[in-house]
Amino acid sequence: HTERPQQQKNLEGYVGFANLPNQVYRKSVKRGFEFTLMVVGESGLGKSTMINSLFLTDLYSTDYPGPSHRIKKTVQVEQSKVLVKEGGVHLLLTIVDTPGFGDAVDNSNCWQPVTDHIDSKFEDYLNAESRVNRRQMPDNRVHCCLYFIAPSGHGLKPLDIEFMKRLHEKVNIIPLIAKADTMTPEECQQFKKQIMKEIQEHKIKIYEFPEIDDEEEMKIIRKIKDRLPLAVVGSNTIIEVSGKRVRGRQYPWGVAEVENGEHCDFTILRNMLIRTHMQDLKDVTNNVHYENYRSKKLAAVTYNGVDNNKNKGQLTKSPLAQMEEERREHVAKMKKMEQEMEQVFEMKVKEKLQKLKDSEAELKRRHEQMKKNLEAQHKELEEKRHQHEEEKASWEAQQRILEQQKLDASRLKQNKKVNIFIDQQ
Amino acid sequence: TALCYVRPHNGARAVPLAGHVGFDSMPDQLVNKSVNHGFCFNILCVGETGLGKSTLMDTLFNTKFEGEPTQHNQPGVTLKSNTYELQESNVRLKLTVVNTVGFGDQINKEDSYKSIVEFIDAQFEAYLQEELKIKRTLHSYHDTRIHACLYFIAPTGHSLKSLDLVTMKKLDSKVNIIPIIAKSDAISKSELAKFKIKITSELVSNGVQIYQFPTDDESVAEINSTMNVSHLPFAVVGSTEEVKIGNKMVKARQYPWGTVQVENENHCDFVKLREMLIRVNMEDLREQTHTRHYELYRRCKLEEMGFKDTDPDSKPFSLQETYEAKRNEFMGELQKKEEEMRQMFVQRVKEKEAELKEAEKELHEKFDRLKKLHQDEKKKLEEKKKSLDDELNTFKQKKTAAELLQNQAQQAGGSTTLKRDKERKK
Repeated sequence: HTERPQQQKNLEGYVGFANLPNQVYRKSVKRGFEFTLMVVGESGLGKSTMINSLFLTDLYSTDYPGPSHRIKKTVQVEQSKVLVKEGGVHLLLTIVDTPGFGDAVDNSNCWQPVTDHIDSKFEDYLNAESRVNRRQMPDNRVHCCLYFIAPSGHGLKPLDIEFMKRLHEKVNIIPLIAKADTMTPEECQQFKKQIMKEIQEHKIKIYEFPEIDDEEEMKIIRKIKDRLPLAVVGSNTIIEVSGKRVRGRQYPWGVAEVENGEHCDFTILRNMLIRTHMQDLKDVTNNVHYENYRSKKLAAVTYNGVDNNKNKGQLTKSPLAQMEEERREHVAKMKKMEQEMEQVFEMKVKEKLQKLKDSEAELKRRHEQMKKNLEAQHKELEEKRHQHEEEKASWEAQQRILEQQKLDASRLKQNKKVNIFIDQQ
Repeated sequence: TALCYVRPHNGARAVPLAGHVGFDSMPDQLVNKSVNHGFCFNILCVGETGLGKSTLMDTLFNTKFEGEPTQHNQPGVTLKSNTYELQESNVRLKLTVVNTVGFGDQINKEDSYKSIVEFIDAQFEAYLQEELKIKRTLHSYHDTRIHACLYFIAPTGHSLKSLDLVTMKKLDSKVNIIPIIAKSDAISKSELAKFKIKITSELVSNGVQIYQFPTDDESVAEINSTMNVSHLPFAVVGSTEEVKIGNKMVKARQYPWGTVQVENENHCDFVKLREMLIRVNMEDLREQTHTRHYELYRRCKLEEMGFKDTDPDSKPFSLQETYEAKRNEFMGELQKKEEEMRQMFVQRVKEKEAELKEAEKELHEKFDRLKKLHQDEKKKLEEKKKSLDDELNTFKQKKTAAELLQNQAQQAGGSTTLKRDKERKK
């Protein structure tokens, strides 16, 4: 078929596809949404409280105690799934907890269960996506990881750096300063600067807000960027402050309000995580982190685990096409080998035949020579015989003459004798 | 778009919220993303030359698309596609219109549907290839799969042509078919009602699956089901000419006996088509194409290539295992072939060696025979020599003896004389 390049067209009058967004809206509400949030940090940093505060629910309550209430010897990965509804929108929320993280004396490899979990979710998705009969695939991949940094005030701990380096290419990391109400604003500011400096130094890629066209929106986003990492406070308790009921932490010297922007960055976190960038977190997970996992996995499968850098250019092929090409290559190689073997065979045969020929020639030659030799001898013999014959013949002839003479002489003698006898009578 | 459906769900408990969390903005977030990304829609128009396909597209989208009217002398059916960037309000739409050129013009129309099916499959194939790539960019991929197929029925007023039935039957499992009666201003109202009934019953009796407007979503269920039941197939009229009616300029076709107003629902179903196709169900058409038609194509293609899922209820299917299994399978085959080839060579070498050995043996035998002959000859020669030597010796002896005798005789001749004298003396 033929295709021409795209053209810009202006519409004169109503068509109706401006209603597409509404159609999308409608369908998405019907489908419902899902989101998986992972929280990582040492115990006691207020992770469970933060989740409850973020989602305004007792996700972790006395009936369903949070992981902090259970003592773990090794790092576990635990999932809790809850269904929440708001404004007609259904959200299946999965919270992934990592109790035991960083709590041991020796925390080497404590990130391993975390990376394994993330990878296993990618693997599940990849397998579901690769089936011949694909059914509705739930998206259980981890869309965001809130990493809780202890409010030491100094900088990142080696464990923090190690963890983030291991996970920044697998999941969207949002680092948070936990229990921010233990620092003054100035201390907090310093701490944040130090952390961001270290993050840059170690080339850690934390989640970044996407650029958008709207200037107003971008201004807001840039303001948020300046406040990273977000310093948060969480609370399960409601306190009355100046007639208002707010979530907060009651101290003798006052109340640290969770949702007060001057007290901490909680509101910014909630707005960004839930109200404005939840979809983008899912998109980045799908388009970047998952695709990275998938391409690495498939390249390994296709090339049998060998990291062929020279094949990087071929990664734009599907594994099937890759197999097809490999098959063709192999067939070509076999053909070549067959040709070579054929050649060698022919050559060897030729050699052998030549040898045989030479051998035959040699034998023939020898035979000829022997024959000649014999013939010569024969000839010699013949000559000798001939000579002998001649000699004999001539001698015999001579003898016959002599004999004849003798005979004649003897006859004469006989006659004489007879004469004598006659004489004597 | 991923195939994610959340409800119904077991294993998750519902928890109440103590306030406004804010995730009810998720649909808006999703919509914003889609709007920013832009939308894409691909329509295929199938119908005989002259049924007003291009005009209808122009009318539907309120714009003049490219193209000149085609002649009737095309040797076969070709598909011409054009892509346009349209914008309405803040919504950008990348629209591709594909036209079948030459459909229905040939004397022998047996293969007419083939190029259409091939075209549709080719778009599926392109998407499948992209989806299977190791490094892929699906979210920025320009989807060319056909989302809707408008099948133009000629306004004969009687029934469907066999070409129509054959074509639609071949297409109904590959694309969403929306049959429409073209140039319906040629049919009177009463004939039209009968025509629609006839068409619908023929489609049903031939098992042609046309696109059903979805009725699962309450907000559109009613209007969609009404359309499904009472108004299909839509009888349309297209026109880009404008005529003044009252004090408005409207799209219309002017006849001596009256003016057919395109957007007058009493005159034709154009507005209904536009509503259903674009305003209400465009997204569903895309979704059906992706989740039903494409999945069917993909499943068939993969099965053709020998892939299959393991037992769906047992261990989850592992992509890696399948690829490795497939790979091992054909590697094994290749190894086998290689072995066979080697074996064949070994065999040939053996045979040739035997041959050559045979030849060598023969050669040696030949020369052994010759040698023997020589030996015999030589022996004979020796014998001859010996006999000659013997003869020579004998002769020599004879000669010597004879000479001796002669000498003796000579002496005796003297002595014979002596003897005679002796006798005389007696």
